[in-house]
Amino acid sequence: MSPVSASYNGVVVVAPVTIPYRRYAQHDAHWFLAKAVAGLRDAAGLATDDIDGLAVSSFTLFPDTAVGLTQHLGLTPRFLEHVPMGGASAVVQLRRAARAVQAGDASIVACVAGDTNRVDSFRQNLANFSRFARDAVYPVGAGGPNASFALLTAYYMRVYGAKAADFGKLCVAQRDNAQTYPYALIRKPLTLDEYLTARLVADPLRLFDCVMPCAGAEGFLVMREQDARGRGLPFARILGSIERHNAYPEDPIQMRGGWAMDRDDLYAQAGVGPADMDFLQAYDDYPVITVMQLEDLGFCPKGEGADFVRRNSFTAKGSLPLNTSGGQLSAGQAGAAGGHLGMVEAIRQLTRQTLSAPIPDARIGLVSGFGMINYDRGICTGAAILAASEA
Amino acid sequence: MSPSRSPPKNPVLKTREPTVPPGLRSRAALRLTAAACEGRLELQRCRACSAFQYPPREACTQCLSTRLEWTECDGVGELISETILHHSNEPYFRERVPLRVGLVRLDVGVTIVAHVDGACAPAPARIRLAAHLDKSGQAALVAHPPEGPTDMTTSQTHRDMTCDPRGRKILVTDGKSETGEALVKAFIAAGADKVWAGVAEPWKDATAIDKLAQLEGVTTVPLDVTDARSVEALSGLIGGKVDILVNNAEFHRHKPVGARGVETARAEMDVNYLGLLRLIESFGPALKFRAADGPNGACAWVNILSVYALSALPSQATFTASKAAAFAASQALRADMMGVGIRVMNVFPGPIDDAWNQTVPPPKLAPSALAAAVVASLKAGVEDVYPGDVAQDILARWRESAKVLERELADQ
Repeated sequence: MSPVSASYNGVVVVAPVTIPYRRYAQHDAHWFLAKAVAGLRDAAGLATDDIDGLAVSSFTLFPDTAVGLTQHLGLTPRFLEHVPMGGASAVVQLRRAARAVQAGDASIVACVAGDTNRVDSFRQNLANFSRFARDAVYPVGAGGPNASFALLTAYYMRVYGAKAADFGKLCVAQRDNAQTYPYALIRKPLTLDEYLTARLVADPLRLFDCVMPCAGAEGFLVMREQDARGRGLPFARILGSIERHNAYPEDPIQMRGGWAMDRDDLYAQAGVGPADMDFLQAYDDYPVITVMQLEDLGFCPKGEGADFVRRNSFTAKGSLPLNTSGGQLSAGQAGAAGGHLGMVEAIRQLTRQTLSAPIPDARIGLVSGFGMINYDRGICTGAAILAASEA
Repeated sequence: MSPSRSPPKNPVLKTREPTVPPGLRSRAALRLTAAACEGRLELQRCRACSAFQYPPREACTQCLSTRLEWTECDGVGELISETILHHSNEPYFRERVPLRVGLVRLDVGVTIVAHVDGACAPAPARIRLAAHLDKSGQAALVAHPPEGPTDMTTSQTHRDMTCDPRGRKILVTDGKSETGEALVKAFIAAGADKVWAGVAEPWKDATAIDKLAQLEGVTTVPLDVTDARSVEALSGLIGGKVDILVNNAEFHRHKPVGARGVETARAEMDVNYLGLLRLIESFGPALKFRAADGPNGACAWVNILSVYALSALPSQATFTASKAAAFAASQALRADMMGVGIRVMNVFPGPIDDAWNQTVPPPKLAPSALAAAVVASLKAGVEDVYPGDVAQDILARWRESAKVLERELADQ
């Protein structure tokens, strides 16, 4: 098919930045986002005023949004986006920023996401996450995302025959990947046996299926290729991207995401297919959603995700390197920065600036995002294909 | 079955303090609660395209129409997935894990996150969804087996959403009245651990008191709701043990306005309205303190009101005014008790077949029917009860048009 969306030619991503994660923090979200913006400025050798576009994602910025953050940080952008899309925010920020740069509405867009994590802020965020969550989910046991993903996982296992060990293989591989990533909060080696015998949190989910909330931030810059070259910045290209919200509302339970609606367009934009990917940075707060992304992004047919997991290996040198900085399951989930973890890792891999183990000869990779369990399922999905500058 | 009685309380240990589940709801979602208060499951339905939807919304998810109505639903569907929560983020649920929670797909085409009755077969399984009230006073949707709650429905979740008299200690005010005696007998038959029958003016009818005292499990206690010292004295004796208080005392005359009835009105107010206030002051604090006191802790406050509390019956003007006043006080009591999870259940009967309604033509509600409705409603966990044909008729007409009902009651 011919692509629906126009090309992203001439726009690139640079300056992968991580503000180190911590389990709990005393600072506000503004502190982490300030560190991210400053980190981007310094990594690219810019003056603050060179940043004329800003995209922000955060759950704990309340009562502020991106608007309040401009005055808080003394920024005067001519392009401003608040992207409240949870784990899909990184892909969506990239898309918004790239089009703004292409159109000349901004020259350099700082894309940042970050959250604080006070000792009690996670519970309060859950209780008021959305109107539907407040009315119809949280009062039913207050299990939070553990409960929501337990229901999806139990159904997936029953209908498609996936086993706990299949999900465990992903978790163990990601923990192996985390060994070399300095910012991962959980680097203690994990065995499959430890995974399978960990305490039950929400049947069938056990401890190592569940992401750990933390504080931290991530960021990257979007600019014209000629500007990146002029400043001598290593960059990655954008070969294609998609987003979709509230896909398949008629499905009784979520067994597929919006990726399945749009993946043909994604690959048509990029002129490549899933087999050409040198890595996948998937959204992984719970392993079942990683398996769904493998299916919906075309790495294998629906229902064959578990078999795909059994036939492949997922470390940096594996047959499909997956979440090579450990994923959220090892690094931690810094709130709305959860989806940025994979985006920033992809940019690092493709620009040869890795902190974790490098993927040999990585040229093209896929970054996928998933966000916002508004009621019973994740609403926002997105994906982008990035390529090394020489690719 | 639920425990028949609690083990003796160890007075040295801390009494567990009440917690309640999250109670904040959108205005639309409160309609679910309004139906659950009467034991019905209602869902939002589009008047333009007939689609059901859940959670409650401001517009139709199929056609964007804002013409939405609430429609009774049979709750039939399938449990499509389930989990056992071993962890919760809220103190109320942390005290109650492991908790069975599931995703239910109703046959009308909506997916619902629901509590799951322990008697349901493992997913996938046919179920019937019901709306109960949880300890915060809000609707809680529970998947039961297709035949509804069964004897196997043993979970604490279910017990916390209902006020089963079984195993509980109950105070009935004015126990020697015809309704009082019926209530006392019904509670004993329902497995109450103990029933105190409050009696005032013992010189009036000594044989009725003797009859009560001879019932197994019943203790008569002096209680005059018009005397603050009497109420306070009884509260000092048993206030820390009462699990369910049934405010049944009633002073009832048939007086229109303008009939030199001010002293009658004062007496009606003294029993029916001020009596309630005295009970609240003396028994309320201890009841609230014991709202989580073991599996059979304090759970409910029942007021026997009158369906004419909704709209005055001019031929019994002062009586219905006193019931309306008590209704208003009960709503304030409910708002207060909601914070700790004590259910305030209001009963709105039509004319009761007792001595004071001797000249009222049938249909009238037998005291035993009133008592049966109270027990059944406590077991079901509802909040508002309209027992009998007259009450149902007046309620329906009041909902249809309060003004039309006012005109029609004018000459009754």
